[in-house]
Amino acid sequence: MAHTEAHESHTGLIWKVFGFLSIITIVEVILGIMKPESLHLTPFLGTSLLNWIFLILTLVKAYGIAWYFMHLREEKASLRRAIVWTCVFLICYLTALVLIEGGYIHDQLAPYLSWS
Amino acid sequence: MEATVVTENSNEDVWSGGGKRPFAASYGKMMMWFFIMSDALTFSGFLVSYGLMRFKFIDSWPIADEVFTHVPFVHGHFPMYYVAFMTFILIFSSVTMVLAVDAGHQMKKGKVTLYMLLTIIGGAIFLGSQAWEWKNFIGGTYGAVVLQDGKIAQFVDNDGHQIALSDFVVKDDGARVAHTRSNGLWFENDAGSLPPYTVSEVVASFNANPSVNLRTEQIDLGVKEKTIVSKEEANKFLAKATNVVMGANLQVNEYGKTLFADFFFFITGFHGFHVFSGILINIIIFFNVIIGTYEKRGHYEMVEKVGLYWHFVDLVWVFVFTFFYLV
Repeated sequence: MAHTEAHESHTGLIWKVFGFLSIITIVEVILGIMKPESLHLTPFLGTSLLNWIFLILTLVKAYGIAWYFMHLREEKASLRRAIVWTCVFLICYLTALVLIEGGYIHDQLAPYLSWS
Repeated sequence: MEATVVTENSNEDVWSGGGKRPFAASYGKMMMWFFIMSDALTFSGFLVSYGLMRFKFIDSWPIADEVFTHVPFVHGHFPMYYVAFMTFILIFSSVTMVLAVDAGHQMKKGKVTLYMLLTIIGGAIFLGSQAWEWKNFIGGTYGAVVLQDGKIAQFVDNDGHQIALSDFVVKDDGARVAHTRSNGLWFENDAGSLPPYTVSEVVASFNANPSVNLRTEQIDLGVKEKTIVSKEEANKFLAKATNVVMGANLQVNEYGKTLFADFFFFITGFHGFHVFSGILINIIIFFNVIIGTYEKRGHYEMVEKVGLYWHFVDLVWVFVFTFFYLV
């Protein structure tokens, strides 16, 4: 049984990961409250630069949680890849879908909405 | 249950059915990963439909910073702070969970018990916070007027800050006669089912007060702010007003698109339900730890499996947080 072997404690690493996740959250919240105009109002690949920063920071946080807290780094490489690559492709696909098709729907619909 | 437990004398390369042990993972852990992946797909579906609808109405979607502005015991406009606190609570409960798993690997029963308890408390605080967030959203902050075509018109002062209906609407006591049981067969209690003001009261007070302006849902994409219209134009909108709304539900939403309220209730509700079941499972495992079930079994893998689920719930919140509050 794998668990009867002596396991070294990872407490230090866990607190480091917690600090890392906290810092990212704080950065996200500060950016979310300030909404610096140079980022918020600059369009980039279908949405604003600020939204891209949020998306990337979110994925970094997701990586931290899955990799360290869900012990993916201790799993066999085959299991790890089956999980991680599935999610990576899914996220790329969905992001592209929303950014491209969502904009298209709006472009088609907006002329029919009257605001006066 | 017996079938899934790998005992000391069994071959660790096979599951108890006799098949080869895939990915060197135990049966329970593997099934938990299957569940997590399928649940991740479900949540992706929800979030993507939210994203698509949001893009569809990119020029009129509610701005989250103007919707979620409450902090307990403090009066004022504080976007993001409370939800940031909720995020910290959930991340912290994830940390105590992973500490419990870590202590379980070293067979330290006392530490596992303590950290499981902290995890349960963290989850409960998060769930309570979410209930409070829902309460504020359902109850509403300012009140608004809904037009014939479902558009929402809100009211702002001369600085562009939103103001509540109760700040400027003068009640015309003669306008509405309270319905009583003696007047009809289908009696509904007046106080609970009607908004606090009538449309005509709002329109009259709006025209009488020069420091009140009307704001439409339309977002000026150049500055990403909602459009404030002139009094003259505002009256054209108000001529089409059908109802006064306070708060949000599945039919109407004072903050803007009803679709926003629908998605909010559905997605955060579904996530909250996951947290709730996570707490229940954690409590069961917590008592199992106390009575020494895993001590007897020789390993704390069950804590690790429930930990996987708990971290997944945290992971989903990270995405919900981004898409509902940040983006």
